[in-house]
Amino acid sequence: MSLLSRSSVFNFAKRGFASSSKIPDLTKDRYPVKRGNYAIINDQDVAKFESILEKHRVITGEETQGYNIDWIGSVRGSSNVVLKPKTTEEVSEILKYCNSRKIAVVPQGGNTGLVGGSVPVFDEVVISMSLMNQIERIDEYSGIVRCQSGVVLEALEANVREKNLCVPLDLGAKGSCHIGGNVSTNAGGLRLIRYGNLHGSVLGVEAVLANGQIMNLMSNFKKDNTGFHLKHLFIGSEGSLGIVTKLAIHCPTAPQAVNLAFVGVENYQNVLDTFLLAKKELGEILSSVEMIDELSLGCSTTMCNIQSPLQTYPFYMIFETSGSNNAHDEEKLTNFLNNAMEKSLVADGVVTNESAKMKTIWEMRERIAESLLKMGYCFKYDISLPLSHFYEIVPVLRERVGDLAKIVCGYGHVGDSNLHLNVLCDSFNKEIYSLVEPFVFEYTSKLNGSVSAEHGIGFHKPKYLHFSKSKEAIDMMRQLKTLMDPNEILNPYKVLPPLNK
Amino acid sequence: MSRVLVGVKRVIDYAVKIRVKPDKSGVVTEGVKHSMNPFDEIAVEEAVKMKEKKLASEVIALSVGPPQSQETLRTALAMGVDRGIHIEISGKDYEMLQPIHISKMFAKIAQDEKCDLIVLGKQAIDDDSNQTAQMTAAVLDWPQAVFASAVEKTDGGLKVVREIDGGLETITTKLPAVVSADLRLNIPRYATLPNIMKAKKKPIKKLSAADVGVDIKPRIEVISVEDPPIRQAGSIVPDIDTLVSKLKEAGHVK
Repeated sequence: MSLLSRSSVFNFAKRGFASSSKIPDLTKDRYPVKRGNYAIINDQDVAKFESILEKHRVITGEETQGYNIDWIGSVRGSSNVVLKPKTTEEVSEILKYCNSRKIAVVPQGGNTGLVGGSVPVFDEVVISMSLMNQIERIDEYSGIVRCQSGVVLEALEANVREKNLCVPLDLGAKGSCHIGGNVSTNAGGLRLIRYGNLHGSVLGVEAVLANGQIMNLMSNFKKDNTGFHLKHLFIGSEGSLGIVTKLAIHCPTAPQAVNLAFVGVENYQNVLDTFLLAKKELGEILSSVEMIDELSLGCSTTMCNIQSPLQTYPFYMIFETSGSNNAHDEEKLTNFLNNAMEKSLVADGVVTNESAKMKTIWEMRERIAESLLKMGYCFKYDISLPLSHFYEIVPVLRERVGDLAKIVCGYGHVGDSNLHLNVLCDSFNKEIYSLVEPFVFEYTSKLNGSVSAEHGIGFHKPKYLHFSKSKEAIDMMRQLKTLMDPNEILNPYKVLPPLNK
Repeated sequence: MSRVLVGVKRVIDYAVKIRVKPDKSGVVTEGVKHSMNPFDEIAVEEAVKMKEKKLASEVIALSVGPPQSQETLRTALAMGVDRGIHIEISGKDYEMLQPIHISKMFAKIAQDEKCDLIVLGKQAIDDDSNQTAQMTAAVLDWPQAVFASAVEKTDGGLKVVREIDGGLETITTKLPAVVSADLRLNIPRYATLPNIMKAKKKPIKKLSAADVGVDIKPRIEVISVEDPPIRQAGSIVPDIDTLVSKLKEAGHVK
């Protein structure tokens, strides 16, 4: 069926588009960082790993390169060992051994993280979860899915759809990211506004601690108030408190009717007012509200060869509704948009519920990051800001970097006050780096915003943690880390700033 | 200027995973997402473009099907079609309809509405028949230009570039004629907000099969509908010699 050829191009791009052919500098050469006091892998270690796993699941040599570089090409480690366990028991044995030898490890999912958190900084052993991709059970009555952490998000979605359920999160990296990675980073995504964040949807976690102990916090029920809710420690701690091996997630019923509107808006105040009107008139059926500025749309439409259905506007918004009755939702959506146009909040727009057209509209939003990657080196920021000041930072930063940057643009989950700010230049350069950081974080901090709304801290942001968390809070995080991983072998150099600066 | 009749069919959305009913009588359509047949979208786009270029005075969309076909007509109206006609046929009667019935309906409506150009999608993605355009032309004794990837108005009628196995064929035809749209004819537009609002006021005339004088008695009987056989797993062979001998065993090479 010839129309499907369009979707096969889309699938290729989603399957983790290999970024520029340029290999980034080694992290230790590009950033100031010192190797910790960890063991150096020797042949006995490799032999031990081979005895725990099968020989072909212990990867060494050239093949390890891909596991050492992050998706945006900002960091590169020099690990020479990649392990691919299939079961929780194997993960447990690996960690027990590494802990006894003080070998540092990096748990790795789809390697689509944007803060350098998923790859080694030095020679940490990569524990890739890709072979832990079994879906154990999908219960259509309760909506609860039990699966291993290495299931690719898109595959999980396809499987639960068969039982009329949908995964409560969705993001551009779905073709590559693992649900375990999503949980470990508390990923947000396009539908957070409707389904809330993973702390709510994840009912149970099975994780392996640094000493190899298997922590079974799995649950089959939404309601289980029995003691401290330890599972939350593993949601969002980015693999530094334990390696997530299994999950129980509550999946909402798949919507019967999805409608999408793509509109052009003349200025930022109108973006805010339209959003307010949408909340009022679409209320319970609203499932996604996104904003894209003119330059960001230009990137995705040009680089991915997509035809925008609208002429150029300074801002665009996407409104998605999900409900159980198409006629009802369609009418609400068109009435809302009609009102928005009559009040001159929206200049023009298109509405559709045809799969092919909805896919195209989402591509224009979801492929911006990939497009920027193809165009050069991109400094990416993910901040939560009060809506009234949400967009101001873009022109301010644009002026600050002047000619050094090719493009400064912003887009994101305006429905969640979360802006993705991007500074595109030809290649990584220290001058722009120092102009942009810590300026962006200081600006955010002044507004009491979050320096990392959903991307996490990873390797790039520990030094900025203090902008959004108090000293006492960071101290308590350190205490927990020491309790759960005294040898600090789990994903070192990430999340928490080092004690001695 | 021409008056154009466009056909739109409500089909299961192309992205939906098709399920065969347990009793093997057909595929599951209840509660499943439906949309306008993609080739019909292209046909509508072409007709609306002609109107914008002032080559057509009016565009009428016709759909044959259950009450929900009205939604498909509304989409066509929102793309710029002037008015719609819905021949309502539901249930078992609808399931047994074949291109032979549909083509007679299109012929009758074209005559009643004094259309001189009929534009249809080349085939529907549910039955893949690829017969309605050709049969309609035959019923009316009009020329047909099917698998069109480009349509141009000429003094005498139309110049149409057709996609054929060997490449592209250019033909000319007088009007009245029947054209069927192929994939590359155009990229269908989105329904814009002003047009969606306008579409609500455009009329849809409701008719029955009897009103157009077409006998919809089924001419076929569906014996069973089954899934295609599950693809067998391949096997990995250690070397070329084994590969060649296995191919010979299976009769794929001599």
